[in-house]
Parts: sequence; C-alpha cells; structure tokens
Amino acid sequence: MATSDSSPVRLLYDVRVRAVLYQVVAVALVVGIGLYLFGTVSRKLAAQNIATGFDYLSRPAGFVISQSFISYDSGNTYGRAILVGLLNTIWVSVFAVILSSVLGLAVGIARLSRNPLLSTLALVYVEALRNVPLLLYLFLWYALIVAVFPPVREAWQILPDVFLSNGGLIVPSLRWSSAHTGVLAGVVLGIVLACLVASSFRRKRVATGQSRMAWPYVLAALVVPVLLAMLIFQPEMAVNWPEKGRFRITGGLQVTPEFTALLVGLGLSASAGIAEIVRAGILSVGRGQWEAARAVGLHDRQTMRLVVLPQALRVIIPPLTSSYLSTFKNSSLAIAIGYPDLVMVSNTTMNQTGQAIEGIAIFMLVYLGMSITISMLMNWYNARVALVER
Amino acid sequence: MFSKLVAFGLAAAALSVYAAPASAQATLEAVRKRGKVLCGVSPTAPGFSYADDKGVRQGFDADVCRAVSSAVFGAPDKVDFVPLNTNVRFQGLQSGEVDLLSRQTTATFSRDTSLGLDFAPVVFYDGQGLMVSTKLGVKSASELSQSAVCILPGTTTLQNLEDYFKPRNIKYEAVVFENPDEWRNAFFSGRCDVITTDRSDLASVRAIANDPKQYVILPETISKEPLAPVVRQNDSNWRDIVSWTVNALIAAEEYGVTKGNIDEQLKSKDPEVQRLLGVNGDLGKMLNLDNKWAYNAIKQLGNYGELFERHLGEKTPLGLTRGPNQLWNKGGLIYSPPFR
Repeated sequence: MATSDSSPVRLLYDVRVRAVLYQVVAVALVVGIGLYLFGTVSRKLAAQNIATGFDYLSRPAGFVISQSFISYDSGNTYGRAILVGLLNTIWVSVFAVILSSVLGLAVGIARLSRNPLLSTLALVYVEALRNVPLLLYLFLWYALIVAVFPPVREAWQILPDVFLSNGGLIVPSLRWSSAHTGVLAGVVLGIVLACLVASSFRRKRVATGQSRMAWPYVLAALVVPVLLAMLIFQPEMAVNWPEKGRFRITGGLQVTPEFTALLVGLGLSASAGIAEIVRAGILSVGRGQWEAARAVGLHDRQTMRLVVLPQALRVIIPPLTSSYLSTFKNSSLAIAIGYPDLVMVSNTTMNQTGQAIEGIAIFMLVYLGMSITISMLMNWYNARVALVER
Repeated sequence: MFSKLVAFGLAAAALSVYAAPASAQATLEAVRKRGKVLCGVSPTAPGFSYADDKGVRQGFDADVCRAVSSAVFGAPDKVDFVPLNTNVRFQGLQSGEVDLLSRQTTATFSRDTSLGLDFAPVVFYDGQGLMVSTKLGVKSASELSQSAVCILPGTTTLQNLEDYFKPRNIKYEAVVFENPDEWRNAFFSGRCDVITTDRSDLASVRAIANDPKQYVILPETISKEPLAPVVRQNDSNWRDIVSWTVNALIAAEEYGVTKGNIDEQLKSKDPEVQRLLGVNGDLGKMLNLDNKWAYNAIKQLGNYGELFERHLGEKTPLGLTRGPNQLWNKGGLIYSPPFR
C-alpha cells in the first residue's frame, strides 16, 4: 500500500502527532468537564435562590484579624481579609521551611554519626515525630505553651521590657516607617553585593591560583549601601516599648502562642522527614568519595561540606520539594489552634456569606498557585545543582 | 493518563451529585418514602444537642426534630440525626443531606434572602454575651479595652463583637478557634480574658468549668440571636409542617396541655384546644398529615415549657431562666398564631 506523509491515517501513527493529540484530547476533556460542572452548579444554585459569584469579595468584612502584615480593619473588604490570611499562611510557612531545613540537616547528619548516643537520639527524634499525626502535635505544643507559661497579668519579665506569658513573647520594637523600609532595602542590597564580591574573588582565585585578601572588599560591599541608606532616609530610632495594661501588654513586637505553636509543630514534624531525606542523600554518595577526600587530606567536616553534601543534594532536592509543599499545605491546620491563616479567614467568610463554593474555589486556586510556584523554584534549583553531563 | 481521566470523571460525578438539589415541594414525600426525617443538629452543644452516655442524642434542638417526626409519622424515633458544624450546616440543608436544620441557627435577613433558606418560628431567643473570670473584677463590657477575646469562627459572633466594640472604641485581640475544646481551654487557661458566644452557650461553657463560680457573664447582651429551625426555600408544605409543629408546642403550653394531661384535654370544651388536638376540624389534613399530628407531637415530647425545663431550665446544668423565652402572656416573646 502506498502511503504518504499527508495521509490522515498515516498521521495517526506518527508518535509526535499522537503525543500532541493526547494532550489536546486531555485538555478538551478537562475543560469540558469543568464547564459542565460550572454550568450545572450555577444553574442549580440559581434554581435554589442561592447567591453566586465573587461580588461578596468587595463587601466590607466586618470582623477583625489579630495578626496582619498589611493594614487591615473591620471596614475593609472580604477580599482584603482573605489576602491578610494568605500573607499569614506564607509567613508561617516560610519560617517553618527554614526551621525544618536547618533541624532536618542537623538531625539527618546526626543519624549517621558514629557516636551511638547521638545517632540513637536522632533516631528517636525522627520516629517520634514522623509517626504521630501533625494535628495531635499542634494540640500538644499549643496546650504546653498555654499551660506552662503564666497568664499575661503574671507575665515573666525575662529581660528588661521583654515579657513572656501564655499571651506570647513581647519585645520592644522599632516604630516602623517607610524610612526603615528603605534601610532594610539597603541591608538586602548590601548582602547581595557582598555575596557577588565574595564569589568574584573566589572565581579569580580558582582561575589564577593567587589568593588575595577578600574580606575588606566584602565588608565594604556589605556596609556601604546600609550607610548610604541611613544617610538618605535618616530613620528615626523611636522604640515602641511594651506597656502593661489592665488585661494585656500593648506595644512592642508580639509573637503570639498560636504562631509559635504552629511554627514549632510544622517545623519539627517536617524536620523529621527532611532528616530521613538528608540521610538517604548522604548514604547515596559512594564510600569512594569519602576515601578519596580523606586521601587528599580533608578532614571529616570538610569532606561533608565540600564533597559529600553537594553530591547528596542531587538526591535530596526532589523529595525535599515534596516536603516543603506538605509544610505549606499543612499550615492550613492552623485553624485548630487559632492562628488566622487563609483557611480560617476564608471559613469565617464562607460562614458569613454562605458562599462556600466560591470560597473553596479560592482555596484551591491559591494553594495550587503557591504549590506550583514552590515546585518551580525547587526545580530551577534542582537543575542548577544537577550533575551536568558533558 | 487514563487513570487520571478516570479520577477526573469520578470527581465530576461526585460534584454533580453534591450539586443536585432535592426538588422543591417534595420534602414530605421524600421523608415518607424514606420513613425517616433527616435532621441536622449541632455535633455537641449541652442542652441543645449532644449524645448522652448511651449514644442517644439529647437536647432541646433534638426534641424539636422528634416533634416533627411525631407529627409526620406519629412516633418520635423516626429521625436520623446528622451532626453538622457551623461551616457546613447550610450546605447540608441546601444539598438535601438533611430535611431540616434544628441547630441553634440565628435567623438573619441575608441568610433568608440569599441562601435559598426559609426560617421556621423562633424556638429560642438568645443574644451574644461576654464571660470573664471574677478575678478580673470587671463589671461591664465597657471596661474590656485591650483584652484578648476567645471566639468561635463563623456564625455572626465575630461581626457582632466588632459592631459592639468598634463604636465604643474598645480595642481587643481576637483569638479565633475552630475547635470548641481548644476555644474553651484557651479561655480557662487564661490565654484570653474574655470568652464570647450566645448567652445560652456561655452557660454551658460555665457549667463544665472546674469551678463555675469563678466566672461571671457580663450584663450586656450585644446582639439579638433568634434561633430558629431552617428548611429549604420553595417547599411551603414542608415549611408549614415544621413551623406549625413548633407553634403547636407553644400553643400547648399556653392552653395548659401537657404530656401528662393531654388525654384528659381531648375532652376540653375549648374549641382551639379541640382543633389543636384534632378532636374537631381538619387542621392536620390541611398540612397533608394525620389530624392527630399535634396530639402526637405533644404526647411524645411535651409542650414548649416542658421541653425548656427538661433541657435548659433552672434545674439543668445550664440553669437558664425563661427570660424572653417566657410565653407572651407572661411577659416573654414566645407566641403562637391561633389554631383556626
């Protein structure tokens, strides 16, 4: 049978055409089902006289949220309230990810220690944290904080003007203004510059074999932008002192027990998983690498830092991504212990407006969007540390 | 990829089941066919709806469900109780998971108009209150500036508090809990200075404290919370059944008809009592029920006053006085339209 490339039947057997066809069919199916569901739901809701649509997001919320990074009061809209909740979710997740990474790395390395006491302790830590549901730990940490620390009226003064109670940790803080934000930008710029300078010196050293004194330049790169920013913005150094009132301590920077319990709960639980990931990563690096490193005269800590960990990272990054994603998603358990995250604010909104389908849709979009962002960042990092084959 | 498509299909199917409304005007028919009333109640609210040590659901709201069951089936036990928390209660009713919501739900304008719901008569006039420890020496809500307040999310609680405090310039820290146990514990351990919810609920929180005398409910009532059973919109027959069952319990108290004396009351000369108990007239038929519908409900559960004293009254752990929940002719707000 004579065939030509233009025959439609022949085309069907082309691998590339098929690949595209499958994708198109899949997308069409998903979109079709989505449209069908959307149509059905709106029709039936309309038939039952149930309000639909996202108009409610621009109505005033009328409730307060205790922790907020952007200005918010009860006169603001539901939309802004949900944004406040989202920022709170991101805030606690970022800290939890940092905490769990540091702890996880330490415990993972400790698991492999030749010191039996240390490795057993690490084993107990990992097993205890991995085998109990996170929610129970959240209840435990929160109950401990609230039970161990005294009520605010009997707060412990651990340093002058630093108070600790079951209402949280309170320290004096700066009265923040836009000038402070400018200085903060200067600090960030300084750190970035210092890193760039340090790495350029390192590259020169590797290229030429000559080592020049780097630290004065690095220090200058770090300090100069900060000094400049100070001169330009001239921030006032007004301190917001904590003040004891009849019920509460007001002013200062307040770290609430709800935030602390959630941070500790998320961070510790995730760190146990990360410890195992780190251990697996380190074990995946062949013994030969250790022996070779020792042969060139590196001691154990150098071997770990310069030879083993960089190679282990290739194994570690992909499962680490999942772990970070879980931490982010698990932060939604905040609602159990009173931290005002996205879920809590949305639940309140759904309750007051009764528009649950829209509320859930917002959840799904936000969590999906954030999760995809995290995985994209991690994949980018993974591509950077992956073995480059030539 | 095939398995993913199957998963999508299943999810779609599940969603479309959820979205299917129970058709209007047909609740009674569906209830009869099923042989049960599906009644949404609070998961655990002492006095209103809680499972006793035998696992039987007790409380004022639960008995309203039993009264409806008695009116429809002549027996109080044709009820399946569905515990619904505040977040899912309306969806439970909208989607047809329950026929009736009898769970401390405040009747409000926007719920009535935009959620596809209808409210039956108010069964309990409540109001949001504030409770503090007596150690604070607080006498009034106006002294609560800079306090921390433990709140349950949703309902109208959070907004009422803000509506009350904001114009009075009282700044406060709101600590919101989804879980009632955490909410109570946070208050008892001193994390919050104030706990707020409906006064009836505050009474039940205080009832389970180690030392109830340590806590005082402040005099201010900061909101109106008329609690009423809820049904789906556009089924007036079913709404009438629920509404008039509640009214029958109220009228029974007004005319002195009790669980104990109802059989003697059948001989009452009062024409309204005769119509109520189905001795005369066809009121039951007009509801598409047996003429003994109200008789059955009162005979099984007792009148409104009996329900109140059994679950909420001064001899119960909640220890509530009748207050606004007294009959209209004794200075309260409880009132039934005439049975004629």
